[in-house]
Amino acid sequence: MAERVLMKGNEAIAEAAIRAGCRHYFGYPITPQTEIAAYMAKKMPKIGGVFLQAESEIASINMVYGAAAAGMRVMTSSSSPGISLKAEGLSYIAGSDIPAFVVNVQRGGPGLGGIQPSQSDYFQATKGGGHGDYKMIVLAPASVQEMASLTIKGFNLADKYRMTAMILADGTIGQMMEPISFEDAQIETYEKPWALTGTNCERKHNVVNSLYLQPDELEKKNFERYERYKAIEQTEAMWEEYMMEDAELCVVAFGIASRVAKNAVAAARAEGIKVGLIRPITLWPFPTQALNAAADKVKGFISVELSMGQMIEDVRLATQCKRPVALCNRCGGMIPSPDEVLDSIRKAQKGEF
Amino acid sequence: MAKLTFQTDLCKGCGLCVNACPKGCLTIAADTINKKGYSPAVMAQPDKCIGCAFCATMCPDCIITVEK
Amino acid sequence: MAVVFEKPKSLANVPLHYCPGCPHGIIHRLVAEALDELGIEGKAIGVAPVGCAVMAYDYFNCDMIEAAHGRAPAVATGIKRCRPENIVFTYQGDGDLASIGMAETVHSAARNENITVIFVNNAIYGMTGGQMAPTSLPGQVTQTSPYGRDVNHCGWPIKVCEMLATLEGPEYITRVAVNNVKNVNKAKKAIKKAFQNQMDGKGFSLVEVVSACPTNWGMTPQQALEWVESDMLPYYPIGVYKDRSAAKEEG
Repeated sequence: MAERVLMKGNEAIAEAAIRAGCRHYFGYPITPQTEIAAYMAKKMPKIGGVFLQAESEIASINMVYGAAAAGMRVMTSSSSPGISLKAEGLSYIAGSDIPAFVVNVQRGGPGLGGIQPSQSDYFQATKGGGHGDYKMIVLAPASVQEMASLTIKGFNLADKYRMTAMILADGTIGQMMEPISFEDAQIETYEKPWALTGTNCERKHNVVNSLYLQPDELEKKNFERYERYKAIEQTEAMWEEYMMEDAELCVVAFGIASRVAKNAVAAARAEGIKVGLIRPITLWPFPTQALNAAADKVKGFISVELSMGQMIEDVRLATQCKRPVALCNRCGGMIPSPDEVLDSIRKAQKGEF
Repeated sequence: MAKLTFQTDLCKGCGLCVNACPKGCLTIAADTINKKGYSPAVMAQPDKCIGCAFCATMCPDCIITVEK
Repeated sequence: MAVVFEKPKSLANVPLHYCPGCPHGIIHRLVAEALDELGIEGKAIGVAPVGCAVMAYDYFNCDMIEAAHGRAPAVATGIKRCRPENIVFTYQGDGDLASIGMAETVHSAARNENITVIFVNNAIYGMTGGQMAPTSLPGQVTQTSPYGRDVNHCGWPIKVCEMLATLEGPEYITRVAVNNVKNVNKAKKAIKKAFQNQMDGKGFSLVEVVSACPTNWGMTPQQALEWVESDMLPYYPIGVYKDRSAAKEEG
């Protein structure tokens, strides 16, 4: 039996990052993720690492840019309004093909919004957020264990593909405590010949840059990057299927919404409704394969989200609109009850989408 | 006696070297055009050059080598 | 005969894209000479800004990174905190350092980040075609202050050295100019000292270099250098604004 420790979701991210080899953390306080910074502030000086509270989210993401360019495993964490500020740096990191690890423990928006859990940064995370053509690997944990394991996975993927991996969590998972284990952690290491280390007068200078004034060169760079993205879409999508074998209806939900949805699916099964759940674990790449295959079996989908309906667009795209997709949502920091989701399932069973 | 070597093709003819020279050795070759399309600075009176490198000090394109 | 002046090794052997008579080339050379003379080219990592010097990453032979507008000190902080054994410098203009990047500038100075900042003040946004900068002089005509900078409408120019010198944090804050041979030689000494400070672990060193923009000032290169003397330097006096180590030695 693996050794298990009781941890808060945010602390699990911080501890997992350290175990993944991250020794540099740059951030700025914002609720509901500040436990990550507090954990790092305590731990980093004791293990030869660096915790630095930056003057702003903008500065912190640019410190990440510098540290990542220097070849280090580095991270920052924030919550929704802070991620908006980091968007500039995320775009530069993408344009320079640098690996970085970023955590968004989402809160309700827009604007200052609230501090309660939300999933309304789905578009921002999966469709860009900053300017220009780029993608980030977006990982959506649904438990404290996944906060840890997807953090380690995120560092690995970021280095492997030289891009940002983002944990898109929410305040609920960030704040709740569950027993977890680090025993299965697989730390991968990758060569970084592009890193800024100083030439030591032994090689040509390395340049980390996102500026291409010649349009054909910039286009070529973007084409190359999207070839890489295509490979990621084909190989790195992760999802969980629950009671999908004989399902006639499919609930789609991620993060905390998926845990509510799971209860509702079990309750619906008890009523004899053949419903299952597909839980995307990666939001980009989106598990298109799984959804599209399900569309050939089920009569409809229900997207359960803590937003005004963002992932639902990807569900429709993935299923090529072959089946109707209903939205079951709360937002602004509200979380649907299992009964609310169950109601949506009952309606869908009657053909009401 | 000093010797100046100009990377003439990189000269933008700004004239800062001409103004910097305390002996008035340099001039802009108004009748010449280099690859970049500028009239470059040239040594007009080599005998007067003392190798002070003022010209090179003010040259923004670092095209002057001074030997002495 | 012996070579008494040549291009420094740390400056790449490529044509600079700057306008004729633009002192950026002189300042690049001074930085490269400092790297050469201190023997730190192989350890140096430079951070290029957004602005006319954006392509500085091609001009220095050391490792280079291109930062977002104003963020160079944050990027440099990230690098230096990871690689304290390397020599990290930023090269920034007035819009980059004193406007959009003011927070990064002030806070890296306050933290006494052990980096070297080369701040080129030519009182105008050059790359975008001559708009008003945070350091444009009162009354200065630019594309976005066509009737002259009206301080009642858009505020006063920022004196970066004077402001940063009020902070406890930074080690060395100085202002130099490159409008004539004497000042260029002084600027060289200041830049070298700013790198030496970093090698000695002393902390944040900023050299403000009062420069010129002949193209956007609408002057010949020589007239522009004369305007530096007549108009810029009275507002931005040359001098050492803070030198903690020297102050300690003195008293």
